[in-house]
Amino acid sequence: MIRIPCPFCGERDHSEFTYGGDGTITYPALDAPAEDWLDAVFQRENIRGVQIESWHHVNGCRMWLLVERDTLSHEIHSVRAAHSGMAKVLEADT
Amino acid sequence: MVWPKTGGKNGRRAMTRFSGWNVLWNGLTGQKGWGRQWRDPEPKSSYDVVIVGGGLHGLATAYYLAKNHGVKNIAVVEKGWLGGGNAGRNTTIVRSNYFMPGNREFYEHSLKLWEELSHDLNYNVMFSQRSHVSLLHSPAAVDAAARAYNTMVLTGTDAELWGLDELKKNVPHLNFGPNVRFPIFGAAVQKRAGTARHDAVAWGFARAADQLGVDILQNCEVLGVTRDGGHVTGLETSRGAIAAGKVGFAVAGNTSRLWDMAGLGTLPIESHKLQAFVTEPVKPLLDQVVVFGVGGAHFYISQSDKGGMVFGGDIDWYKSYAQRGALPIVQDVAECATAILPCLGRLRLLRHWSGVMDMSMDGSFFICKTPLDNLYLNAGWNYGGFKASPGSGWYFADLIANDRPLKEIANHDLKRFERGINIDERGAGPDPKLHG
Repeated sequence: MIRIPCPFCGERDHSEFTYGGDGTITYPALDAPAEDWLDAVFQRENIRGVQIESWHHVNGCRMWLLVERDTLSHEIHSVRAAHSGMAKVLEADT
Repeated sequence: MVWPKTGGKNGRRAMTRFSGWNVLWNGLTGQKGWGRQWRDPEPKSSYDVVIVGGGLHGLATAYYLAKNHGVKNIAVVEKGWLGGGNAGRNTTIVRSNYFMPGNREFYEHSLKLWEELSHDLNYNVMFSQRSHVSLLHSPAAVDAAARAYNTMVLTGTDAELWGLDELKKNVPHLNFGPNVRFPIFGAAVQKRAGTARHDAVAWGFARAADQLGVDILQNCEVLGVTRDGGHVTGLETSRGAIAAGKVGFAVAGNTSRLWDMAGLGTLPIESHKLQAFVTEPVKPLLDQVVVFGVGGAHFYISQSDKGGMVFGGDIDWYKSYAQRGALPIVQDVAECATAILPCLGRLRLLRHWSGVMDMSMDGSFFICKTPLDNLYLNAGWNYGGFKASPGSGWYFADLIANDRPLKEIANHDLKRFERGINIDERGAGPDPKLHG
């Protein structure tokens, strides 16, 4: 079991979360060329090592998180709120 | 088949063909007449074709390249030992009950190869056509299965729909109780489907390929891919540089790493891990492969010839290159097992293991050319690589030998998404973890 330290709820089992996939993908503009959309929707870096990925704390605070995790050892290096405004509020608190 | 004579290498006896006479003779003479099953050669400095990956797909490719296409001077490079990767990490189910064009022709061809494989390889792969029984849990599921199986029959695959009476007669231990969460309405059945012995498939292909002159290089890890512009010139390996006329990648699970070594960027693939389980052996209990899939459940089970109940479920739901599973899936699978076969409740798990899968964006595989003119790709097998292995080797060998895909696999290329084609059996969309 991976334990994910949720910035809102504390450390929880990963079974409380759903995995959202690569957290570095940004969708292109609606009128961007089809190749850009192809890259964003279908192509994956598939990193063996530390990657940034999104998790949804669906059975907790229901917040989307960006987690830095090693895909070989499952070690978690950092967790932050996916929404940049929310992340700023958290930083201001601490 | 003509078996070329090979001299005993390193003073060892050459491989002996299996036959009733040889088994009898060796039984009477203390089993001293068997040579080693395949050579352990030193890598040569160059080969016409190098296949990366000594799993079932790579070994099958080398075998069919030599047998069907007369290619000499082939090497298979394997970073570990034969049968140590996903070849030894599966639930050994073989079937061809696919729905999408391309997939159903491909898997049916593979099933036909399975039916003759033991004779073809002169090695008993213990292929057992014991039926694949997919349980149906609602009238809508029965209708959907009827549609899929009509399609299969039109393609030339066998299919049957069983009602409750027939199902109860054939698989009496299922939970047919009236108060279960998902009552059973019937089953979709493929009788030619079944299981095989996974190690025997790896060993059989290795032995037969070796007999046709293929060099199988174990403990030979690829460390780099050498390119000259749009052409691969060879591989850097842990056992030295190997020049190659053509190179085929067959390393599902680690395809993206090799792709990166070749400097080719990204792929429509994510690596996920899938667990499987075996219980302590019991007396014959289950004669078929039984599949339970409804709602969030996904479960498949058969009984091995040694008596262990072999089963598996979903992937672990998050990307991983680790060959070890997490506990939530153990619980899910155990719940599924006791839901459909309550009699398993007292059995103890003997082992469980995990393999790394290439999960593709539409759940279907890639056997295709690549941006490099002499590099070929075999990847993206999701959960379904075991059953595909003879067909995969057969089609991949044809692609490498003739430098063009046969029409059945013409859409199993990397550019299908660009053309708007998804070969998505499950209709799950472009999320790799959802394809099983």
